[in-house]
Amino acid sequence: MTGAFAALFARDLRLAARRRTDALLPLAFFGVAIALFPLGVGPEPQTLRQIAPGIVWVSALLAAMLSVSQLYAADMADGSLEQLLIADRSRIGIAAAKAASHWVLTGLPLTIAAPLFGVMFDMSLPAIGALAASLLLGTPVLSLLGGLGAALTLGLRGGAVLLIVLIVPLCIPALIFGAGAVAAVDAGLSARGHFSLLGALLLFTALLSPLATAAALRIATE
Amino acid sequence: MAADALRLEGVACARGERVLFEGLDVCVAAGGIAWLRGANGQGKTTLLRTLAGLSAPIAGRISRTGVVAGWPLLYLAHANGLKDDLTAFESLRFLLRLGGHDLPAPRIDAALDRFGVADRRDAPVRTLSQGQRRRVALARLATSDAPALWLLDEPYDALDAEGSARLDAVLAAHAERGGIVVLTSHLPLAIAEPRPQLVELVGLAPVAA
Repeated sequence: MTGAFAALFARDLRLAARRRTDALLPLAFFGVAIALFPLGVGPEPQTLRQIAPGIVWVSALLAAMLSVSQLYAADMADGSLEQLLIADRSRIGIAAAKAASHWVLTGLPLTIAAPLFGVMFDMSLPAIGALAASLLLGTPVLSLLGGLGAALTLGLRGGAVLLIVLIVPLCIPALIFGAGAVAAVDAGLSARGHFSLLGALLLFTALLSPLATAAALRIATE
Repeated sequence: MAADALRLEGVACARGERVLFEGLDVCVAAGGIAWLRGANGQGKTTLLRTLAGLSAPIAGRISRTGVVAGWPLLYLAHANGLKDDLTAFESLRFLLRLGGHDLPAPRIDAALDRFGVADRRDAPVRTLSQGQRRRVALARLATSDAPALWLLDEPYDALDAEGSARLDAVLAAHAERGGIVVLTSHLPLAIAEPRPQLVELVGLAPVAA
């Protein structure tokens, strides 16, 4: 299981390095989505500062969901998935490796880029820090749940939309506490409660989502 | 003591709701090559997937007895399982690592050479022809001398005469070492020794007159 995890994780990063443009698309989507809000809402600095955490978090959530839908599809199409399933009978190593590589390629870049957008919305320095920290804790949750959705919708037509309908509701707690942490810091309150809940959410999904993903893969490939 | 063999007893497989075949009894002893034959849609691929453990039979028992029980299993599906963006060498190395075999590069090169694709080692898989891709996938067979259970789905597909001869030699050598091969092929097998054991899959559907 650990051997399959390491081999698959390294391979997915190598594949992303071979297709850099594809790997940058979620980040580009994130930037474009965020940049649309000031155009739609209007350039009032006070309003923008107030809604910035929500905008960044919603954009990160959508970027993660859009990029995760093809997580298993390419491997299914070229026969790699069968080889993965034979190598890791439990399928847990596969599920964990896929979620981990998705986070490194999507969640991590979004977290690193988020402070830039914080500056763009004229957020205070502590709020920007809280934004990055909440994304650091929250984006792995999105990757783990997204991986589950990708496995559940594997081989279905219109799987991408179905995935969003299925998985976005599960992501709502991460969104609420992630954006809430930033709002709390902005209001001069302690965000400890929010971060604790985000951390608990991360542990909970990290424990259960690979198991559920493994079961979903079993159903999808039988 | 049980003999060293792969044994199928009364195995029935279904695809979705449709039962493909039932009551299949086969015993392939160590050192044997079993050749699955049957019309399209008769369940050859389903049977190989079942043997690989990717799906479960609806009835019957599949057992591996004696030393065969501990053997590694190698399943080569109709799809090659290679990544377009990796090179032939990287693809092969990944598949080996996945199975827990971290082989030194010369061994992998030797395996590619065995199937005559050593010169395409650093070419991305996307630039290879269908036949060359098949050869790279088959090169996995030449990476290990240990006895194993090989499940090959149409391994001769897309291979030219020269490639088929190379595969024949690898299969015969594997059987000689005591390994087991279960394969499907629409073309008659050219392997003389050991004589392939024919397994006919006969469907349940009434044959049209």
